[in-house]
Amino acid sequence: MSTVSTVSTVSTMGLVDVAFWACALVAVAMGVLVFVVDSMARATYALAASFVATGGALLLMQQSYLGVVVVLMMVMEMAVMAVYMVMFMGMNPALMPMSMVHSHRAAIGVAVVTFVALGSGAVLVPWPERRGSPSPDVTEALGTAIMESHMLVMMVVGPVMVATIVVGVLLSSSRTRYDRMGDDLDQPALDPPALERREERR
Amino acid sequence: MAEALEATTGAAGVLLLTFVLAWTASASYAVATGRSGGDAVLHAPREMARLLRQRRRDTISADRLLWRLAGWSLLPVAVLLVALVPLEDAALLTGSLGVVWANTLDILVWAFVWLVGWGANSVVGLVGGYRFLALALAYELPLMFALVAPALAAGSLDLAVVAGAQGSLWYAAWMPVAFVAYLLGVLGFSVLGPLAAPAGRESAEGVLAELSGPDALVVRAARYALLGAGAAVAVPLFLGGASGPWLPGAVWVLLKALLLTAALAWVAGRLPALRVHRLVEPLWTVLLPLVVLQDLVVGIVVVAGR
Repeated sequence: MSTVSTVSTVSTMGLVDVAFWACALVAVAMGVLVFVVDSMARATYALAASFVATGGALLLMQQSYLGVVVVLMMVMEMAVMAVYMVMFMGMNPALMPMSMVHSHRAAIGVAVVTFVALGSGAVLVPWPERRGSPSPDVTEALGTAIMESHMLVMMVVGPVMVATIVVGVLLSSSRTRYDRMGDDLDQPALDPPALERREERR
Repeated sequence: MAEALEATTGAAGVLLLTFVLAWTASASYAVATGRSGGDAVLHAPREMARLLRQRRRDTISADRLLWRLAGWSLLPVAVLLVALVPLEDAALLTGSLGVVWANTLDILVWAFVWLVGWGANSVVGLVGGYRFLALALAYELPLMFALVAPALAAGSLDLAVVAGAQGSLWYAAWMPVAFVAYLLGVLGFSVLGPLAAPAGRESAEGVLAELSGPDALVVRAARYALLGAGAAVAVPLFLGGASGPWLPGAVWVLLKALLLTAALAWVAGRLPALRVHRLVEPLWTVLLPLVVLQDLVVGIVVVAGR
């Protein structure tokens, strides 16, 4: 009986290891593809696939909540980012292939140095022995940490992010609510089709 | 061996259920848009036969990889959503994070619908893709906050626990705003009914415009499958899961899922597709604050009930 359980533990450990390495390789390969492909959409979704593989690696570390949230947030973010990339780069879908790199040599140099520095740090640092044991419910432990000991960080980061988004939209928008609803905000809202007609009339 | 057999029958059951839900949604939607009963039921198989025989046509310089990958990925999303639904006490895909997984799956639809529009390299497809993302931001936030309410009340992100925590008073009854926001989100990620602008007729069916043959079949079927799957996930979230008199629990789950699918598809088919800017403003300025208030009410009830 004990042999059977040992054998099954070893084989499942093996499977998890294989899956982890597969996720890691896919994550890196997709990350490289971001700079190899010649279309904004492909670059964006290669990055999304890289993040999905990272989420898979987190799931395999039994950080289920973090893993699934990485997939959720990153797919959402990349879907929106693709629109902004295309908007600012002015690329026609598929018809105009364009390079995804600039400052080629400098960028490669910085990337290699950073990768070696961080990678060697992760490999060479003497990691401490584990003290204590993980919480039985890591999701709950994460929630408790965010809502208790790290509450201040979250309360500062949240408003800063919202302010950034609102200011970003305001600065990039050519029309504000005053253009839309008049100086006293009491006119019916005037949106593009009607607005164009009005401007034609002028 | 017994486990493998159980998993295989479970997977086959989920595939079958997704198929039945999609067919129900399609028939009910067809009735709502004016077809007679028999014609509506046969609409899906007829379309299937027609599109399977249709020759595939391509556009110039289409991004075929992303276009096809995205189109064929929509149906698997619906199947995975159905696999999350606990039938009796466990789902095919069990886990303590079913609610978050359901949310993640519906986010994947963002990527796939936009890519179906983008990949075709056609103006109407691209217009549809952009419309979808604008709508997606507006329906997804109320949907996310709507998912918070049942999870908060049950104190768990596990769909089976959420279903079991409801007792005689279903969450749909005392969280109506969250329920409505969730169902609106389901229509959003299945691109049907009032939120069908990304595939709107006035833009030659937008994201669907250039699809043909089997590629068109899988995307069109996926819209109804996603509606059915979204309705099936609502059963453990809002409709008490397996609870009900006389019949076994699994039957109640199936019955509720089918009824909700038929009702939602019928209502969606009766409503006009609204233009994006007519929807985005009320979704952001009215529905989102209402859903947050709903969460507040649920939070107060939970704290007061301790």
